[in-house]
Amino acid sequence: MTDVTRFTHGSRIPGWDDSVDPNKAPAGIPDLATTPVPAELREEIQAEMAKYPVFRSALIPALHAAQRVHGWCSPEAIEQVAAVMGITPGEVAAVATFYDMFETKPVGTQTIYVCTNISCSLRGGPKILEAMRAAADGDADFNIRAFECLGACDMAPMASVNGEFVGPLAESDCAQIVADLKGGGEVLAAKQLRVRPCADEAGRVDGGQTTTSEVTQ
Amino acid sequence: MSAILFDRIDEPGLNDIATYERRGGYEALRKALAQPREGLLEELKASGLRGRGGAGFPLGMKASFIPGADIDKYLVCNADESEPGTFKDRELMQKNPHMLIEGMIIAAFTVGANRSFIYIRGEYVLQADVLEQAIAQAKAAGFLGENILDSGFSLDLVLHRGAGAYICGEETGLLDSLEGKRGNPRLKPPFPANQGLFQGPTLINNVETLATIPAIIRMGGSEYAKLGIENSAGTKLVSVSGNVQRPGNYEIELGMSSRDIIFGLAGGPDEGREVKFWFPGGSSSPVLTAADLDITYDFDAMAKAGTMLGSGAIIVVDDSNSVVDVALTLASFYKHESCGKCTPCREGTNWTVKMLQRVQSGEATPMDLDIIASVQEQIIGNCLCVLGDAMAMPVGSLVAKFRPEFESHIEAARERNGLGLTPPPASEEPVLSL
Ligand SMILES: Cc1cc2nc3c(=O)[nH]c(=O)nc-3n(C[C@H](O)[C@H](O)[C@H](O)COP(=O)(O)O)c2cc1C
Ligand code: FES
Repeated sequence: MTDVTRFTHGSRIPGWDDSVDPNKAPAGIPDLATTPVPAELREEIQAEMAKYPVFRSALIPALHAAQRVHGWCSPEAIEQVAAVMGITPGEVAAVATFYDMFETKPVGTQTIYVCTNISCSLRGGPKILEAMRAAADGDADFNIRAFECLGACDMAPMASVNGEFVGPLAESDCAQIVADLKGGGEVLAAKQLRVRPCADEAGRVDGGQTTTSEVTQ
Repeated sequence: MSAILFDRIDEPGLNDIATYERRGGYEALRKALAQPREGLLEELKASGLRGRGGAGFPLGMKASFIPGADIDKYLVCNADESEPGTFKDRELMQKNPHMLIEGMIIAAFTVGANRSFIYIRGEYVLQADVLEQAIAQAKAAGFLGENILDSGFSLDLVLHRGAGAYICGEETGLLDSLEGKRGNPRLKPPFPANQGLFQGPTLINNVETLATIPAIIRMGGSEYAKLGIENSAGTKLVSVSGNVQRPGNYEIELGMSSRDIIFGLAGGPDEGREVKFWFPGGSSSPVLTAADLDITYDFDAMAKAGTMLGSGAIIVVDDSNSVVDVALTLASFYKHESCGKCTPCREGTNWTVKMLQRVQSGEATPMDLDIIASVQEQIIGNCLCVLGDAMAMPVGSLVAKFRPEFESHIEAARERNGLGLTPPPASEEPVLSL
């Protein structure tokens, strides 16, 4: 028998004691009148709610907005979304913890997703992840995550840098990305997805008179 | 073949409504609005177009399941595109968003839906921004909103950004997510066509499927059906990635030889390397080997070969890669993305990863391979959706087709470890031992 690994709190389940406080009443719907919510955030969430026949559909857009304001889905952010939408924080937290893009811990402001899924790992994705971490050198402002396929396997290995897709990356590009972010400029402008031509000849305006490599140059 | 979806797609400014209209855009919509709905449905059926999202269900038939009753109906475009290896919808949305919007308006008119949504994966920021602008342009031009082109038909279109979850590509998981919940799949039946979004009849289709509709209306369904081959009509966008020299999206006529796609279009593996195996339809499809390269690329031929066309994503793996690494990368993805609702998928993906880790580290014995294979069999067909199957099929096929390599990997690793007597690596996660 191997010993069962246990956390300091004695349980095998991480975080089992996070949410239960017997002295605390279960959280109901927070009152919008007494919950401070930044006016812009409130208006943005309310505008999202108006787009749908059933307002609850706006929960994911609302969490995106709250995360932009707070940097992560903090208890405060969850409370504010719940107050504006008129649902319980529990319902909001249940959704926030389901989706990869919602941060459930405080993170840096520079978000880099490095793809380590199949097509990228065939072309060195994990090495890019390592190089990216090394380039950021522990700077807490950098939130570097291994991510699943980002839908850009044609430019593998690739990464999404604050939402901008760049690739194919060489390990040496990682230092450049970190420098670009620190300098506040465009990230690896020549390797962005937005300037990448379609691989298919029919995609070109001249119906395939030039080759892909010529278009890229 | 003349391109349909990729026709001069790199033309600068094609994402602008003026360029799109100059090239004949929104003409199909005018033509459609002047026709009776039954006629449009017949055109869609006659086209033989099969869904491009993965399951290959005929579009016309699905649309005909939407009840005719005068109740709230919905159209949802599945732009989640999270199947590893797939990136075709991205190119369409980014470069020709109006073709998708036009297709959606025609589809909504055909089934009588007045509200429509595009559910786009949250990571596609650029594509979502482009679509948002295109939707605003279409509204301003009177193609969306109240009483479109004086037809009496009204349609609202909302772009909905997801937040990173593969399961939200599964149609019922998507619907729950679109309702502001965790993206857990629903029990079927009822199918979305009867009871979908907000309990209303819902037509849900992939981006590429919907973007093909303007061409079908323009050409006529039976003319479109002449493209491709029997049972696999039309053109298809294929995303080729992995170990090929020219990865990218290519539009092909269904029925083309797979070798011509992988080698002719995508350039094949690097000089000196050979195809070891390939996924014909995204990471969820059972793998084929170099011996299968001459199979034609269409729905029936792939089914006959024991695999599927899926999302049309070909991932090529060359002989420099270890099959164990690929299997583990795959299994880890499905484990991460399993929503946890059904036990066979939640536990099956989890244990498959653990067993493959044992194979990799040299703790496994060949018997573990049998257990891996039997776990895969027990996942298939036993869950609400096919996410678990999507791991079980490729992993099962890898173990079946490359068993000797798995075995020699185990042997080599055990030898390295001194007959496998080394204790398991300490894991941060507590291990549940019964
Ligand atoms: C786990 C899983 C993920 C899926 N992901 C997608 C996806 O990202 N995009 C998509 O169009 N269909 C996806 N599908 C297929 C959809 O469930 C559905 O069949 C498709 O959207 C129907 O559209 P079509 O008839 O136009 O193909 C997925 C299915 C499963 C089981
Ligand atoms: S595998 Fe990396 S983007 Fe698809």
